[in-house]
Amino acid sequence: MAKRIDVLHLNVYYGAFLAVEGVNLAIEPKAVTAFIGPSGCGKSTVLRTLNRMHEVTPGARIEGKVLLDSQDIYAPEVDPVNVRSTIGMVFQKPNPFPTMSIYGNVVAGIRLKRRTRKSELDDVVEASLRGANLWEEVKDRLDRPGSVLSGGQQQRLCIARAIAIEPQVLLMDEPCSALDPISTLAIEELIYELKQQYTIVIVTHNMQQAARVSDTTAFFNIAGTGKPGRLIEMDETKTIFSQPAEKATEDYISGRFG
Amino acid sequence: MATLTPTGSQVHDLLAQRRLPWWNTAAVAAISVAIAGLFALTTPISGTAGTAVTALLTFMVVQTAVSTAVEGRRYAVDRLATTLLVGALVAALIPLVSILLTVLLRGLHALDPSFLTSTMRNVSPRKPGGGIVHALIGTIEQVAIAAAIGIPLGILAAIYLVEFGNRSRLARTVSFFVDVMTGIPSIVAGLFVYTALVLTVGLERSGFVGGVALSILMIPVVVRSTEEMLRLVPRDLREASYALSVPKYLTVLRVVLPAASTGIITGSMLAVARVTGETAPLLLTTFLTQSINANPFSGPQASLPTFVWDQIGSGTTASVDRAWAGALTLIVLVMILNIGARGIARLSRVK
Repeated sequence: MAKRIDVLHLNVYYGAFLAVEGVNLAIEPKAVTAFIGPSGCGKSTVLRTLNRMHEVTPGARIEGKVLLDSQDIYAPEVDPVNVRSTIGMVFQKPNPFPTMSIYGNVVAGIRLKRRTRKSELDDVVEASLRGANLWEEVKDRLDRPGSVLSGGQQQRLCIARAIAIEPQVLLMDEPCSALDPISTLAIEELIYELKQQYTIVIVTHNMQQAARVSDTTAFFNIAGTGKPGRLIEMDETKTIFSQPAEKATEDYISGRFG
Repeated sequence: MATLTPTGSQVHDLLAQRRLPWWNTAAVAAISVAIAGLFALTTPISGTAGTAVTALLTFMVVQTAVSTAVEGRRYAVDRLATTLLVGALVAALIPLVSILLTVLLRGLHALDPSFLTSTMRNVSPRKPGGGIVHALIGTIEQVAIAAAIGIPLGILAAIYLVEFGNRSRLARTVSFFVDVMTGIPSIVAGLFVYTALVLTVGLERSGFVGGVALSILMIPVVVRSTEEMLRLVPRDLREASYALSVPKYLTVLRVVLPAASTGIITGSMLAVARVTGETAPLLLTTFLTQSINANPFSGPQASLPTFVWDQIGSGTTASVDRAWAGALTLIVLVMILNIGARGIARLSRVK
């Protein structure tokens, strides 16, 4: 069951530096939400606050609330490990575990935490790899290391690994920026299929990609170097790309930025 | 040559570069050796080392001059730098090769199967014969004890420093003292363990006490190499693991340590190899014996380095021969450990 996320009055800090200020947004379940904006505007930073990966960086902290189906994931009694088992993440650079096989990578999130029967794991591996459109390409070499795959295949392996732990929400931080157009297409088709089951948030620098895959788009901007990033506007993707409410958004999507 | 080139090939002139022929280096070397030989005959600068230095200096001067004239400044500097680097390499290899050759030539003299299987029990220092099996057993047991204490402690300390310390006051203090410990003279480690375990606790001198002294020398080496290896593991991998909701301790155990295992194994084996040849701390902690004592927890125990020290001290022809043979055995043992470390590292790498 996919869940919704509501972000209320979010300020994000790195030490004393305020990186993102005053973000309010709503992420709908079973839909794709895209974050767009220029480099350094804080879209990746906001994404990483949604599953408490932000605090992995030393000195990083937040103010405000992030509600997962009305439960605050930053409440003191909440364990970040449980948050991350509900909200999975795919990174910009494909990062399969180098010491593990393809099979081991897919079940890493399960096997690292508890003992599981082999037959059960086999089922998870097949289902996850099919879910990531990778099964046909790797089913005969599951015992090979993940590094033998191409960049696009490695990224789909990372997606398979993320969905193997059955999260409700999937965060993707520029998942295609290191990939060629064909691998990008494969991932975009996959995102379209995954949204039947998951809530998806994707950060992208590619506006065509945001227009193609997302239902809702949030535009972030930064006033200047050293100033905090802000959410400028958020609306249905159609509206953002045809009649944005803000001048800054129109300038950015039409390439008249800066 | 350039003057003989027909006119009209300006593109060629633009890109072409006059170079010295391939036999130039050999020719300049021959000339330099000849000049150095002349020097040795006519001036007080003689002897092998003096002649070699004269030849090298002449070589550098002549080659730089010829090269500047023909090829220009950049190639001349390149040749000079190459000469200096190769010269430094050879100079560094001379003592190494010399030690190996000397130990090999003098050690093989007394090294025979009976040397490896007998002890020094009831063997007179003046008579040939006897052997090192008691010392071999002692060294293997003491180093095994040192490794069993030092490697886990060192690896755990490094994990704390890199993964959990977060540059806290404790972590910085530990890190500082590890640096200090790297420079501890081995005899001080021996004195410390002797004072702490023999004088204070009241243990008798034994292989175990010696192993503890060796482990003190191992720990900083293991901590340093493990720290380096853990820091090389990319952040991406840790984040990937956290994002799969794997707790931190499991991330360290199942993702970070396996990724760094090759380097950690190599570093630990090098630390083992390093303490295998330590003599001073063992003289204080294991003492000497001429017979087999297989129990490291009771009574004096022999070891290869103290065996060599003891035999050299006796000063007779037979005992000095035994010392060289013991030294050769020690070098071979350390080499086996080194090669073994590389082998393990290669095997544990993911194909």
